[in-house]
Amino acid sequence: MTDASAQFEGRGRPSLRVQDARTRRRNAAEKRFRAYGLVAIGVGILALFVLLASIFGNGSSAFFQTKIQLQVPLEEKALDKSGTRDPEAMKKVTTVGYGRVLKAALADLIAREGIEIDGLSKRDIDSFLSKEAPAQLRNHVLANPDLIGTTIAFEVMTNGRIDGYFKGRVSLDSAELDSNVSPAQLHLADALKDRGLLGTGFNLDFLTAPDASDQRPEAAGLGVAIIGSAYMMIVVLCLALPIGVAASIYLEEFARKNWLTDLIEVNIANLAAVPSIVFGILGLAIFINFAGLPQSAPIVGGLVLTLMTLPTIIISTRAALRAVPPSIKDAALGIGASKTQAVFHHVLPLAAPGILTGTIIGLAQALGETAPLLLIGMVAFVREYPGAPVEGFFDPASALPVQVYNWTQRADPAFVERASGAIIVLLAFLVVMNTIAIVLRRRYERRW
Amino acid sequence: MSVPLLLLIVLALGLAGFFAGRMRALSVAGGDLRNLHSLPGFYGWSVAILASAPAILVMVIWIAVQPIVIDRSVSAMIPETAISDGSTRDLVMADVRRIAEGLDQAVAAGALTPDGASNIRAGLSDVRGRLAEVGVALGANVSSESLRAAQSYRSGLAAGRLGMTAVVLALALGGLGYGLARITPRFRARNTVELAVRMGLILCSMIAIATTVGIVLSMVFETVNFFGQYPWQDFFFGIEWSPNFRGNSSLGVLPLLWGTMYVSAIALSVAVPVGLFSAIYLSEYAGPKFRAVVKPAIEVLAGIPTIVYGLFALITVGPLLRDYIAQPLGLGDSGSSVMTAGLVMGVMIIPFVSSLSDDIINAVPQSLRDGSLALGATNSETIRQVILPAALPGIVGAVLLAASRAIGETMIVVLGAGAAARMSLNPFEAMTTMTVKIVSQLTGDTDFAAPETLVAFALGLTLFVITLALNIVALWIVRTYREQYE
Repeated sequence: MTDASAQFEGRGRPSLRVQDARTRRRNAAEKRFRAYGLVAIGVGILALFVLLASIFGNGSSAFFQTKIQLQVPLEEKALDKSGTRDPEAMKKVTTVGYGRVLKAALADLIAREGIEIDGLSKRDIDSFLSKEAPAQLRNHVLANPDLIGTTIAFEVMTNGRIDGYFKGRVSLDSAELDSNVSPAQLHLADALKDRGLLGTGFNLDFLTAPDASDQRPEAAGLGVAIIGSAYMMIVVLCLALPIGVAASIYLEEFARKNWLTDLIEVNIANLAAVPSIVFGILGLAIFINFAGLPQSAPIVGGLVLTLMTLPTIIISTRAALRAVPPSIKDAALGIGASKTQAVFHHVLPLAAPGILTGTIIGLAQALGETAPLLLIGMVAFVREYPGAPVEGFFDPASALPVQVYNWTQRADPAFVERASGAIIVLLAFLVVMNTIAIVLRRRYERRW
Repeated sequence: MSVPLLLLIVLALGLAGFFAGRMRALSVAGGDLRNLHSLPGFYGWSVAILASAPAILVMVIWIAVQPIVIDRSVSAMIPETAISDGSTRDLVMADVRRIAEGLDQAVAAGALTPDGASNIRAGLSDVRGRLAEVGVALGANVSSESLRAAQSYRSGLAAGRLGMTAVVLALALGGLGYGLARITPRFRARNTVELAVRMGLILCSMIAIATTVGIVLSMVFETVNFFGQYPWQDFFFGIEWSPNFRGNSSLGVLPLLWGTMYVSAIALSVAVPVGLFSAIYLSEYAGPKFRAVVKPAIEVLAGIPTIVYGLFALITVGPLLRDYIAQPLGLGDSGSSVMTAGLVMGVMIIPFVSSLSDDIINAVPQSLRDGSLALGATNSETIRQVILPAALPGIVGAVLLAASRAIGETMIVVLGAGAAARMSLNPFEAMTTMTVKIVSQLTGDTDFAAPETLVAFALGLTLFVITLALNIVALWIVRTYREQYE
């Protein structure tokens, strides 16, 4: 310490280089405050990360499925007694008949490979395969009747528990306690896997197959849900975009300020904040009970989501219209265009990218909406694909987020995997839509 | 004629009207455009609109009104005696509709001639058997009353369709003819068309009002119905919720309100500090690069559908809280709890709080900051003692908006909070909210005459009123605050 500072200290005045206690305290408080901010941001980001990690950790395995390669002899006397190869006659053989064929093929395989496992009962072999497998074989054969009499190589899904074994959901210990699977079956699965007869591969059926019952989670797919969601998005797009744009043009370009436009504005602001479940009640009371539209139909879902999406589209369209400088409209008016012409020929095309971006974001919101759809009966168990548009809009269907909810309500833990997988699909659609919106904005957005 | 075909014909007439109108305009002008008031296209449009718009409007109204009229007249045909015990008029009517559809299918399949379908008598032939042949299964044997009702239902439908076709086509053709006759060089086609366009725009913007009216009406009617069957005092002040579909239910809203408030309070106590501090850091401390990365990342949280949060609560947060906190502390062993739903919902509304507060903090004038810093205050002192007080009303508004979000949120509580209606202080117990009960009372088999179903509408209206009030107050606060610095 220099003499000079000692001199100051002696007089009780702090050095400029050494902070006094109060300054230190204030600086520490400053640092703490900044740290709080960083921690808060960290919490937010961490929550996002954990959320995504949990969903992807649980769901990515839904895209893979354990299947077994079987040599299936399709004997005429079992599957086509008439010998005519007429699909109508062959329909008399039900899935039970095909199930027998598959079980025999599996027992045959085990015998041929010389696999011997203690305690492997006939029932274990019978329940090794998915309950859905006979139906798949039957459909395959009915589509190609000429296969009768030959032996075909057929990939068959295993039971959901066996599938869970390879995904870590089922273990030998848990199998002891489980009435749906026995340890012997798991040993059999291991033995088959060692011989390369059983493997886990990409599961396209998850994206295309319809939902399946509580007993066969391995067969449950998103086909109907994806079609239903797509139909609803078409309805929303066809209704919300024109109506929303028309309403925005009126409010932004034509409306005089009076009680009516005030009322409309207040309504739009409020609708944007009404809980989504209330729209579900509206849909149930007006569209189903009053107008008599069918339950579970994409048209009703689409109408409800349209009403929910309208405020979003109107708000973003108005912002886009407002962003077009008035000089462009003034120029059009100046050379003799009418107000309508100026708006439709000049302002609207220039606002189009902004409108499109807002629309896509509105659609993305609508795609993820669940609660209102529960009330209009979209939770129903639907296995039939809806028909082609426009009639298909009135057929029962499911929707992606509702399918997720549906699967969470089932008892089998395998449906947790399915539900998370469905969310990955849903998020993938959302990411694509939002990316398109961002790209559009980057590419076409003009600063005036 | 089927509706799509009719619609197509009307649109085709409109299209034809466009070209005809355009050509007629050119011919009345003698080939010299300068003689016309408007561009030829406008004459075309004026005819097209006149030909198609009224026709389509009438068609829509007809489709909406016809079923009501037919139902009423057919239902009046069924005598009181034909409705058996345990059945209702609605059920008989549903039967009648099924039979009518079955007759249609039978005619289409060739099992019946059109004449046969309208003359078939229940006593003389086995209607049920013959309908079963074409794949229409009927629950009970067909009584002669309902068969006769079905036949008049069919003839009503046929007459209605014929009438609609005639009226709509007449309107379209009439509009086309009138539109064409109207065209003279002095006819102000542009003004007419633009007026029609403006009408269309106004109609579209009215949909916002119509939606609100629809929401309110759909709930008010059923709520009034509900209070006719269940005393309102018991609903608003009842502390027990135990719906029982055999009747005699207790439907007190207080346990649900308690659950809703508890979950929302936990959600806000997560979201407000986190969101507020993030907003402060982002607007006051962060550099542009950091901000450009972090702000969108936090806003992603707002773009994730609520069902994703719900699943997250169900499969991750719930079991985690149960195994590591609730069970060791002996607070309960339920995976779904107020805490689970509240925490996850808190994460969901972080971005609402943070982006709104961010906007509001940014709106505080720079001069206030500069003044405070010039007096020697540190950054944090400036924020705490100058910026936050100045932004406080706006932040309160933001928090209220977030609260209304939390109260109306459904999927997270459906999957995370449980279904047991109870009033307890233990946050690790399962409780339930109004939104959960709306879902559970309105999904599955519902009987719209029972108070157990109708209560959902009363709950919905209560929810609507609460969120509306919160939103109005919040918007009012935000707006008043914004004006302060403008």
